[in-house]
Amino acid sequence: MAASQLLTVIEPDGGVNGHDVGMTNDELLHCYRTLLRTRAFDDTCMKLQRSGRIGFSIPNKGVEATQIGAAAALRRTDWLFPSYRDFGMALYHGVPMVEMMHNMFGNARDGAKGRQMPVHFSFVEPVKFVSISSPIGTHIPQAVGAAYAMKQRGEDTVALASFGDGGTSSLGFHSGLTFAGVWKAPVVFLCQNNQWAISCPSSKQTASESYAIKGKAYGVPGVLVDGNDVLAVRQATLAAVERARRGGGPTLIEAFTFRMAGHSTSDDPSRYVPKEQFAEWEKKDPVLRFEKFLAKKKLWNEDLRAQWTTEALAEVDAAAKIAEATPRPGIESIFSDVYADVPAHIRKQGEAAFDLARRKGDASAGDGKFPL
Amino acid sequence: MATLTLLQAVNDALKTAMRDDPNVVVFGEDVGPKGGVFLATEGLTKEFGENRCFDTPLSEDGIVGAGIGMALNGLKPVCEIQFQDFIFPAFDQIVSEAAKFRYRSGGQYTCPMVIRTPYGGGIRGGLYHSQSGEAYFCHTPGLKVVIPSTPYDAKGLLLASIDDPDPVLFLEPKALYRQLKGEVPEGRYKVDLSTLRTVREGRNVTVFCYGAMVPVCQRAADQAAEKGIESLVVDLRTLLPLDEEGVIEAAKQTGRVVVVHEAPRFCGFGGEISALIAEHAIEYMEAPVVRVTGFDTPFPNTLEHHYMPDERRVLDAIEHVHGF
Repeated sequence: MAASQLLTVIEPDGGVNGHDVGMTNDELLHCYRTLLRTRAFDDTCMKLQRSGRIGFSIPNKGVEATQIGAAAALRRTDWLFPSYRDFGMALYHGVPMVEMMHNMFGNARDGAKGRQMPVHFSFVEPVKFVSISSPIGTHIPQAVGAAYAMKQRGEDTVALASFGDGGTSSLGFHSGLTFAGVWKAPVVFLCQNNQWAISCPSSKQTASESYAIKGKAYGVPGVLVDGNDVLAVRQATLAAVERARRGGGPTLIEAFTFRMAGHSTSDDPSRYVPKEQFAEWEKKDPVLRFEKFLAKKKLWNEDLRAQWTTEALAEVDAAAKIAEATPRPGIESIFSDVYADVPAHIRKQGEAAFDLARRKGDASAGDGKFPL
Repeated sequence: MATLTLLQAVNDALKTAMRDDPNVVVFGEDVGPKGGVFLATEGLTKEFGENRCFDTPLSEDGIVGAGIGMALNGLKPVCEIQFQDFIFPAFDQIVSEAAKFRYRSGGQYTCPMVIRTPYGGGIRGGLYHSQSGEAYFCHTPGLKVVIPSTPYDAKGLLLASIDDPDPVLFLEPKALYRQLKGEVPEGRYKVDLSTLRTVREGRNVTVFCYGAMVPVCQRAADQAAEKGIESLVVDLRTLLPLDEEGVIEAAKQTGRVVVVHEAPRFCGFGGEISALIAEHAIEYMEAPVVRVTGFDTPFPNTLEHHYMPDERRVLDAIEHVHGF
C-alpha cells in the first residue's frame, strides 16, 4: 500500500484478485445490511426534509462503503471522532435507528436534547461516537488527545478521526497530524475524499498530488484506497488499526469516493458537479460493487436486496414515527448542561423565560427550515 | 506555611495536583525540561516523568485540541499557552469545542481541563506579549474564566480549577509573577470559584478590579484614605461565572463605583459590571460608574506605563466618584 497507488480489492467481476478477505460470511452480510440500512436512513431523511418534517439533513449516498469498511476494522471499545457524513459507522456498531431519528427531529429524547442541528449525533453506547460539531477539522487533534490517553494508560484501543477532502486544509488537520506523528499516537486519520468540499473541487483545495501523500511530511504513512470498495477500505483501516495497537503510531488513509448528492439538503450539486461525473459514479455505486462480490460468493441475490431494503425502510419509517411523535424538549433544557451545575445567572435567565412564557405564552417556533 | 511568589504558588499547585492524581498531565510549549519560559512548570518533568509533563509542537490549536481529547477520555489536562496573546489559533477549540461539549452532547461528553496562560502588561512586551483578552472568553457560555492576584489565591484557585468538572481558562497576571510574595499553605487547599475577595474595607467608594490591577487599586485606595476617602476594594478573581449578587451588594454598600482593568474599555468586562449595577442597584447609586481601563488602542511598548491604569488614574477616578 502506498500514498500514490490505489488499493482495490473487489474487481469489476466481483472477484478479489487473490486478496485474503479475512471476514466470515456473517460479517460480510452485516456489512451489506448496514450499507442498505445507511442508504434507507439517508433516503428517508431526505424525504422527511423535502416534506418539511425535519429541517435539514446531510446526504450519504455514494460514500457508504468508506464508512462501513472503516467501521468494520474497529472494535466497539475504540473511539470514533466522526464528521457529519458518517452515520453509517454508528449503524454498523449497533446504534439504534430510533436514537438517530430522535436527533433528526431534535426532540426531548435526543441525546443532545434538541440543541444541535440534525445529523450532529452523539453516542456513548454501544460505541464512543463522539459528539459532532460543525466547524471543520476541530475533532482531528481531539482524536489525537484521546489516543494519547489510551497510550498513557497502556490500552490497546485506537481513535479514528474521519473528515473530508476539505478538512485537510483545516488548522486541525495540520496540528492533529503534527502531534500524532511526534507522539506516535494510536490514531487513524480517515480522509473521505469525495472530491467536493461543498462546491469546491479538489483542484481548488490543494496542489498536492494526493491527500494521502500529505502524511509523509508529518511522519505519518499515507495510504490511498478505493473508497467505494468496502473490503479495500476495511483492509487499509485494519492495517492502520493494527499498527496503532502495536504502538506503531498513526496512519493517514485517503478513501477516494464520490458524493452522489448535494453537500446537504440546502445544496444543489447540479450547479457545480458536471453531469458526466454523476453518470460515471452511478456505475461505481458502492452497494452494487459489494453485491457483485457477494453474488460471486453465492451470498446474494435480488431477493435479498429487496427483502433487506424493505425491512430497512420499515425500520426507518417506524423510527421516524416514534421520533416525530416525541415532544420537543422543555424550555428548561436550554439552561442545563452549560456547566455541571447551573450557575446563578443562568438560573435567573431561565426563571425569567418561564415567567414570560406563563404571562405571554410560548415563543413562536417558526417553520424550522434551514434557510441556506 | 511557605512564603512564595505567585509564580511559585502556581508551580506548587501543579505539583500538588500531580501528586494527588495520576491523571493530571501538564503540557505546552517549553514546559518540559526547561520548565516554561516563566518557569511555572519547573521541576515537573523531573518529578513526574515525560508522560506527565511534556513539551508539545508549537501549535496552540494542537495543544488545546489534544487537551480536549485527553479530557474526553479520562485525563485531567492542564495545558499552558505561553502568552495569552498567542491563544487565538486555539480560539475555535476553546469556544466552539471545549466550552460546548457538555451542552451539545447532553452531558455525554465533558471537558474538565485547565488552560493556563500568562496575560497582561508590565513587562515591556509590546503588542503581542501584553494583552488582556479576558472579555473574548467571558462571552463564552460553558467556559470558566479565573484570574488570581495573590500567591494564596493562585494556588487555591488553580487547585479548584483542576478539580472543576468544566473547562477553565486560568489567566495569570504575569506582571505579578515575581512582584509580590505571600504566605501559601503546604499541600492541598482550595479557593472556591465564583467567589469575590474583599481586599480592603471602605464605606465611601467601591473599586472592582482583578489580576495585576489589584495591587494598583490597593495602593490608590491607600492614597485616597490619606485624603479621607475610604475605599472598598473587591477582587473579582472569577470573571465567569461571576458572583453577580456579591458585585451588586458591594456596589450598594457605597453607591459610588470605580471599575478597573487593563483591557481596552469598549465591550470590556467593566461594561458588564456597570450594566449589572445599572440593572440591579441604580436606586442606590450616588454617582455614575467610572471605568479606568486600557485605551481602545493596541497595547504600546515604550509607553506601556501610560496605557496601563496606574495609581494616579485610579485615585483620580476614586476622587471623582467621591466628589460627584
